Amino acid sequence: MAELTYREAIARGIAQEMRRDESVLFLGEDVGAAGGVFKGTVGLFEEFGPVRVRDTPISEQAILGAAMGAAMTGLRPIAEIMFADFFAVCWDIVANEIAKSRYMTNGQMSFPLVIRSGNGGGLRFGAQHSQSVENWAMMIPGLKVVVPSSPRDVIGLMAAAVRDDDPVVFLESKALYPTKGEVPEGEIVDSLGTAAVLRQGTDATIATLGLMVPRTLAAAEELAAGGIDCTVIDVRSLIPLDTQTILRETSATGRLFTVEENPRVLGWGAEVASIVAEEAFFDLDGPVVRITTPHIPLPAADTLEDMALPSVERIVTTVHKAMNS
Amino acid sequence: MTTTEASPVHDVDFKLELYRSQVALRRFETRAYDLFLENYVKGTSHLSIGQEAIAAGVAAAMRPDDWTFATYRGHAHTLARGVAMTPVFAELMGRANGLMAGKGGSMHLTSVEHGVMGSYAIIGAHLPIACGAAWSAQYRGTDQVAVVFFGDGTVNIGAFHEALNFAAIWKLPVVFICENNLYMEYTRTSEVTAVARPAADRAAAYGLEPILVDGNDADAVYEVARAAVERARAGEGPSLIEAETYRHGGHSRADPGKYRPDEEVALWKSAERDPVSRYRTRLLELGVDESALARIEAEVDAEVEAATEAAKAGAAPGEDLLMKDVWANGGAEWRN
Repeated sequence: MAELTYREAIARGIAQEMRRDESVLFLGEDVGAAGGVFKGTVGLFEEFGPVRVRDTPISEQAILGAAMGAAMTGLRPIAEIMFADFFAVCWDIVANEIAKSRYMTNGQMSFPLVIRSGNGGGLRFGAQHSQSVENWAMMIPGLKVVVPSSPRDVIGLMAAAVRDDDPVVFLESKALYPTKGEVPEGEIVDSLGTAAVLRQGTDATIATLGLMVPRTLAAAEELAAGGIDCTVIDVRSLIPLDTQTILRETSATGRLFTVEENPRVLGWGAEVASIVAEEAFFDLDGPVVRITTPHIPLPAADTLEDMALPSVERIVTTVHKAMNS
Repeated sequence: MTTTEASPVHDVDFKLELYRSQVALRRFETRAYDLFLENYVKGTSHLSIGQEAIAAGVAAAMRPDDWTFATYRGHAHTLARGVAMTPVFAELMGRANGLMAGKGGSMHLTSVEHGVMGSYAIIGAHLPIACGAAWSAQYRGTDQVAVVFFGDGTVNIGAFHEALNFAAIWKLPVVFICENNLYMEYTRTSEVTAVARPAADRAAAYGLEPILVDGNDADAVYEVARAAVERARAGEGPSLIEAETYRHGGHSRADPGKYRPDEEVALWKSAERDPVSRYRTRLLELGVDESALARIEAEVDAEVEAATEAAKAGAAPGEDLLMKDVWANGGAEWRN
């Protein structure tokens, strides 16, 4: 076991796959010699060289178009969109081209590609560099969506994403880049579509994702001290969605909360709540409660951003209130 | 661009095949229009009548393993690569024997086995995608070339500029072909474009030579395409070709094209401008016997007739196709 940061895990995860398979290429803005603006890809350019690790112009449509064209002709590219907010300038390639082309061509084409991007808030970057866009990707048929919360998951889910024959949107929580975690030696390969139960409790179940995972775990410790014992599920993969784990753990406690960084309307928790309402209604002892960022653009000032994103305190207060009403 | 003596374009048999290809595209599209009027084809469609010389001339300059990226006006470009008429008619009619079993329709014709790597209905989107295929060929050292067709309206969308710059800096084996038919949809392109030659005048911005060609002359198109494809294959990078042409009809099925002056339409439809008529005249002037041309025309007519009937005989796609092939495992499951 070694301790790695989430940031270091990105480069290790990509390197693991590039060493194994020469069809894996990596491209993006400032990803090569500069090692990425978040320093998430340090060392890749030195190890794999400028042919396999390519710096691009500031041309997000060209980056993702290149990834798509390469994937349809047999390569397995990893493309970086620096900030997830920038998906808005290349969303046609994601939503209209990559996601639909397999279906439209009656399965003539496959798109084994990964689009990784720095997602979400917590760094005081303001509304155009802080959005949490997992729900944008989740609602498009034809895209897989994963959001790792730990260094180990970064490596394992990256491997699963690269080896998958479908397009995967791989969203890294920017605020987690400096966080550390234990990572075993050797190859790590995880699987898409599997949630992880990080804490087992008896009173309530909380499903969460990405940056919200450590906050939810901290909240669960506080809640336990106050007599509410929570199960915490790291959803990890929005598409495919591990519905069975969520349903099972919800039925076991009788209560479900979701903690989501995305703005309120049509966040992933809404889909989860809908599934639970349809399929586990009679196991519920109370309403499903969603804890989200309000339906606002994210403000820049630290005090305001902290009010907007779900905090440990807000999770504790909300769960406590709901369980005692 | 000068025609070299070594070019196959001087060979009469080559020319007859190029004529056959243009006649096939013309008569396919004419039949497709009739099938709309008879309500066999639903939805929309965008015909290439009047523009056949470009699809035919470029295809003749490509190797079978090269790649075509077409637009929603892509019937001609698909057929010119050797795709049979029956699955294309059937796709237009939404039948299970269609090229994509009815799941794509007129605007998304794709036949990977023929190197037709999709037809794209979002303006400009396929230019960067073609760059990706070219990048793949470059990385794998296969010397394949990606050829991407687009209309004059495309030069004003961002993806065009991203793709041209990208192809230039990475020296990608891609040939960009702007089919300038003078109108974007219902508006004359010159009214909304900062330069007179929508593609050629922008070539310099990407360090490329401006290449203009008469898009209604299949021989001329073939020659510039051959040079551009050879350049790409030799690792010398992309080319941007502007081929001037005209669509005889409106933008799409719903458009009678009334925004164009009658005399302009008449001029482009005239035997002197129309690519198929022009090519026929050229062959006769070269001494080809009229009966040889008539035979080609009769053979194409028979092919169109048989393909129409075979397409009509296709079944409607079944429910089994609805939930198929969202994912590489063949299914559509998004949860367990």
